[in-house]
Amino acid sequence: MIVAKRKPINEIAEMLAPYKKVTVVGCRSCVAICLAGGEKEVKMLVSALKVKNKKDGKKQQIEGFVVERQCEKEWIKEVEEKVLESDVTLSMACSLGAQTIGDMYPSHLTFPGLNTGMFGVPEEQGVWSEKCVGCGNCIIHTTGGICPIARCAKSMLNGPCGGSSNRKCEVNLEVDCAWAAIYDRLKIQNRLDLIDKVTPAKDWSTSHSGGRRVYVREDAKLTPHQKKGREGVQ
Amino acid sequence: MTDRRPKIVGFCCERHGMDAVVMAARSGKQSDASVRLVQVPCTGRVDGLHILKALEDGADAVFVLGCLEKNCYYDTGSIEGRKRVAYVKQMLSEAGIEKERVEMFNAASTNAWAYPEAVAKMVEVARKLGPIGGGERQ
Amino acid sequence: MKAGSNLEKVLESGKFAVTAEIGPPQSANPAPLTHHAKMLKGFAEAFNLTDNQTAVVRLSSIASAVIIMREGVEPVIQMTCRDRNRIALQSDLLGAAALGVKNVLCLTGDHQIFGNEKGAKNVFDFDSIVELQVFDQLRREGKQVGGEVIKDPPKAYLGCAENPFATPYEFRVSRLAKKVVAGADFCQTQAIFDMDMFEKWMDEVRSRGLDKKIHILAGVIPMKSAGAARYMKNKVPGMIVPNHIVDRMKNAKDPKEEGIKLCVEQIEHLKSVKGVHGVHIMAVAWEEMVPRIVEMAGLHPRPTVE
Repeated sequence: MIVAKRKPINEIAEMLAPYKKVTVVGCRSCVAICLAGGEKEVKMLVSALKVKNKKDGKKQQIEGFVVERQCEKEWIKEVEEKVLESDVTLSMACSLGAQTIGDMYPSHLTFPGLNTGMFGVPEEQGVWSEKCVGCGNCIIHTTGGICPIARCAKSMLNGPCGGSSNRKCEVNLEVDCAWAAIYDRLKIQNRLDLIDKVTPAKDWSTSHSGGRRVYVREDAKLTPHQKKGREGVQ
Repeated sequence: MTDRRPKIVGFCCERHGMDAVVMAARSGKQSDASVRLVQVPCTGRVDGLHILKALEDGADAVFVLGCLEKNCYYDTGSIEGRKRVAYVKQMLSEAGIEKERVEMFNAASTNAWAYPEAVAKMVEVARKLGPIGGGERQ
Repeated sequence: MKAGSNLEKVLESGKFAVTAEIGPPQSANPAPLTHHAKMLKGFAEAFNLTDNQTAVVRLSSIASAVIIMREGVEPVIQMTCRDRNRIALQSDLLGAAALGVKNVLCLTGDHQIFGNEKGAKNVFDFDSIVELQVFDQLRREGKQVGGEVIKDPPKAYLGCAENPFATPYEFRVSRLAKKVVAGADFCQTQAIFDMDMFEKWMDEVRSRGLDKKIHILAGVIPMKSAGAARYMKNKVPGMIVPNHIVDRMKNAKDPKEEGIKLCVEQIEHLKSVKGVHGVHIMAVAWEEMVPRIVEMAGLHPRPTVE
């Protein structure tokens, strides 16, 4: 899932300072699961901002809402009125949610309440770790199911580097060396031959290096005729 | 007549926490603070939002009183309570609000001194810091 | 001959080679490079010019190479994958070759978190093995990684580094084997303090016949103090310094002299290890000691090979 982190409250307060009426919109998908922007986090942030405004003697109207999935236009429609009647919307979703609101209402201000960090997984309660960088060409069937691009600090394809000590990464001694993990995994799978071969230069054109990506499934797309029909229903 | 005493809200568990409150009451200790005590089944039920709401609604300081961590009636409830308090403290710090306004206390049921001590500490904090946003108590 | 460098000639003739390191300055002043080149000339076949080592911004390795070449000293340029993508790496290889640089050491590079530009965006388009493979193809076939064939390909003698002391130990010789396949001609190892462990690694290297396919130059670092020993033991990832070495430095009356003595002993020992074709002396910020070490180790004068 997408893992995000709330921005510090003072930073949020500073962003919102010039505006009288604020609508905070959370999201019940990824960011709720990673405890950054779900219902609870929205309520706590709204309350904390109100306490801060009280301390600073500042008048500001702040209201919080949550939608099911902020990256989908249909769900945002639910809070459209609340968004548009505010001076600014603070999105407590990942940047995708914030951008979806922004794209739907271009003249309206939508600010990010979270810092979107990574594609990660919950390792244990309260701990999330990065496991994918979305390179667009998955190779983990050759690396024991462990992604070296996301999990090695240097994205090495033929690792481990010379800084792997006690099977930990030199960049962060708390983090496992991805290549030590790959080695161990392939060893128990009896597939070490996979990393004895040189992995050649990776084609990064499928990643963000190739420009902004748009994926299309023609069979799922609506034809102009179908689109017209839907508009009619609405 | 306006009540100019510090406004304190305490979330208190109905096990060792409340027992300690009752012990204190029996011993006749009086407090000059306005303490609104909220009884909860367990401090593990106290949500960060409850604490923030109390501050939002006019409390100068908020405390949570639960069982001793190794003797919690619900085993790990007061540990949860402590973590919630710690998170609210972090949020307050980020917002530039004194984190001392929120504290966690623990007591055994026979600790008659625990509740008055918690109140005294919070009163001291509230007196020092005054109401959030300054000004006279309304 | 692949590039016809002095280092290549000495190694290919089967003689015991010496390389050392010159750290480029953190300034635009070429004087320290010229100074070290004059002082060290004739004490090693070639000198490594580090490429923004530990991610600290320094005078570029290619420019440094040209500066020491003016003094008649042969460079080995280090090229890391941290700061350059495949376009820049291939371009710099062409440029370096055009300037007369013949030895190139391919490295993945230290992460920028260790340096003085922690906010940098790193590249890591390649790792060192991919870099070797791409450079090897470029020098042999004049073929870029993207497929374009160029006229007048660069001549280069390609090196790599390997660390027998990093985890997982079991994979370290395989990694060297990969570097051989990728096109490395020589390998400079991480500094060796644990001789037993190094010899075990060399046993496996020899048993896989790798010593016949790549020239291994064993790395050594002369230490100035017990503090330096402790620092390398505890703080440098992928480095093993046994306690007896730390103790020896700690108990020494004159730690600097002891450090030199120890380094010379290590070189003497390494000379006797089968499959080791040379030493690489990394006298970090202590370059002036290299001539003494080389002399004391009986490695001076250096051979001339035509």
